[in-house]
Amino acid sequence: MPSDFFFPDPTGQVPSVEGYFGAFGGKFIPEALVAAVDEVAVEYDKAKHDPEFARELDDLMVNYTGRPSSLTEVPRFAEHAGGARIFLKREDLNHTGSHKINNVLGQALLTKRMGKTRVIAETGAGQHGVATATACALFGLDCTIYMGEIDTQRQALNVARMRMLGAEVIAVKSGSRTLKDAINEAFRDWVANVDHTHYLFGTVAGPHPFPAMVRDFHRVIGVEARRQILERAGRLPDAAIACVGGGSNAIGLFHAFIPDEGVRLIGCEPAGHGIETGEHAATLTAGEPGILHGSRSYVLQDDEGQITEPYSISAGLDYPGIGPEHSYLKDSGRGEYRAVTDDAAMQALRLLSRTEGIIPAIESAHALAGALEVGRELGKDGLIVVNLSGRGDKDMDTAARYFGLYDTDAEVAADAADTAEIEGDAK
Amino acid sequence: MSGNIQLLSDTLAGAKAEGRAALIAYLPAGFPTVDGGIEAIKAVLDGGADVVEVGLPHSDPVLDGPVIQTADDIALRGGVKIADVMRTVKEAHEATGKPILVMTYWNPIDRYGVERFTAELAEAGGAGCILPDLPVQESALWREHAEKHGLATVFVVAPSSKDERLATITAAGSGFVYAASLMGVTGTRESVGAQAQNLVERTRATGTELPVCVGLGVSDAAQAAVVAGFADGVIVGSAFVKRMLDAPDDAAGVAAVRELAGDLAKGVRGQA
Repeated sequence: MPSDFFFPDPTGQVPSVEGYFGAFGGKFIPEALVAAVDEVAVEYDKAKHDPEFARELDDLMVNYTGRPSSLTEVPRFAEHAGGARIFLKREDLNHTGSHKINNVLGQALLTKRMGKTRVIAETGAGQHGVATATACALFGLDCTIYMGEIDTQRQALNVARMRMLGAEVIAVKSGSRTLKDAINEAFRDWVANVDHTHYLFGTVAGPHPFPAMVRDFHRVIGVEARRQILERAGRLPDAAIACVGGGSNAIGLFHAFIPDEGVRLIGCEPAGHGIETGEHAATLTAGEPGILHGSRSYVLQDDEGQITEPYSISAGLDYPGIGPEHSYLKDSGRGEYRAVTDDAAMQALRLLSRTEGIIPAIESAHALAGALEVGRELGKDGLIVVNLSGRGDKDMDTAARYFGLYDTDAEVAADAADTAEIEGDAK
Repeated sequence: MSGNIQLLSDTLAGAKAEGRAALIAYLPAGFPTVDGGIEAIKAVLDGGADVVEVGLPHSDPVLDGPVIQTADDIALRGGVKIADVMRTVKEAHEATGKPILVMTYWNPIDRYGVERFTAELAEAGGAGCILPDLPVQESALWREHAEKHGLATVFVVAPSSKDERLATITAAGSGFVYAASLMGVTGTRESVGAQAQNLVERTRATGTELPVCVGLGVSDAAQAAVVAGFADGVIVGSAFVKRMLDAPDDAAGVAAVRELAGDLAKGVRGQA
């Protein structure tokens, strides 16, 4: 019986056997990790063709994660998008509150098959860390999560969740103290402990086979969304929109639509305080090809190949790299990438909360802001699917400070009310 | 101008002819300053090191432990550039006549341009490069340019390397083979494990004629003597950097690394 939720080896010829998506990808890793990364590739290849693996994963997807996830039309939100119809793919409704669980359960099963007893992972917003800690609790694996010190502060709720689940959370104090540095530290751990440890990488970056494998575990998002939108709207959408940090939720949504040439694939990168300020994490908009964390892709860097410090209000998008398949989609023209500022994302976050009763993660709010723009460009006949990749509970402290929602912060509230005016908000 | 790959090979062969292992030291360029780093490197060579690897600091040193991360950070905040690394190589080589390698991550060279980098390194009198995150299967472009400019390509092998990979790596590499003594990042260790000796033996069993030098974790003369018992060279990095970090001032740091080089030079001669 074919799987309902696991769709490996999609049609198309990327990546190559060496892990290249056109000019991007590959395997730039230290010799000490070559054997372990090769083992992951071999084990994943076996798992792909093993009906028992698909059966186990399907069972978890249905009875643990709660798949398939809903496709919710949001007409009151869409009134602010030029009247286009907008549907949200509700990955926020998955167990643990984001799309991350799709990949984590797949790799956790793989960890068991490899006979490894310990899992490490990086996390930015904490969504991948929470999902990983969850799977480790479920499977009885030791779990260590690396998280930038700045992110442990702005995503404190998720730190507590991970610890509640039994994971050790290590605050990384090196470099920019965000996601990039958490990945560096996880790699250092992996090199030293690779005999019994699997690095459960959380996005579609890293050395081959991670970009392709993580994508495959997330392809379910787009496969479901494509079927659901055909049922609900009777046609394919004009655009599929997702936020991109490393790019996992975006590739998950996009992939099933790649052969549908009429469907625009639009990734929304974090423009932070604005591209022109230099304080952003818009890798495809402002980066150049380079090597970071094991593969060639666009990277934010200076003229001598030093990685520059990224910035975004969203911890999950605050990353100077991007998965190689996105670089390939950009250069081939199949994908479009635009940058969304902190402010635009926060306005979209509040707008969705107030018009539809759905509080999105700040990451996903970048995609919502993109949808408002694209909807206006398309007009009232437009049809858009947005990946609502995560829920916003974890972001309430950041949002409360941004909008001045704390009683104890009355002055901040008054200031923020001025800056937080959104179109149509008062009606 | 061609690079000094031959000088590197001759130096390692010379140590072997003396019945001892070579001492290879690592220090980053620009640490604590560009000129201060050059002084330290000259002191290490003067103190007894046969070869120096000059680190080109990188923002994301994923294979380095806290000691070298700290030094890289100081160098980068001081504004070290690739031109400064080239000057470091040139001055260290000209002052001592000894072979100088560069050790760095792949992205700085990829971004700078492989041809430009190899040409400038050869011009500076460099002997080659160690690029620990550039595995052999991604290295064709680098090797083409390194060979053209007379520079060695030193590959790293690890305890986890399978025998067939060791054969591939030794066939592609030049200068020497860098055998990582253990699974982990740079940093000093209490002891260098038995897996180092096993790895050296497996590497030699490929039939390679390249010297096999052991690095990672070696910090004192006693450890150097043990490693010198089975390897062609002993590579020491973090212990030098730590002496510099712990020194009360730059002059004391230079004196401390000169002293350590002297101790280690005895170690590789079995005089620990």
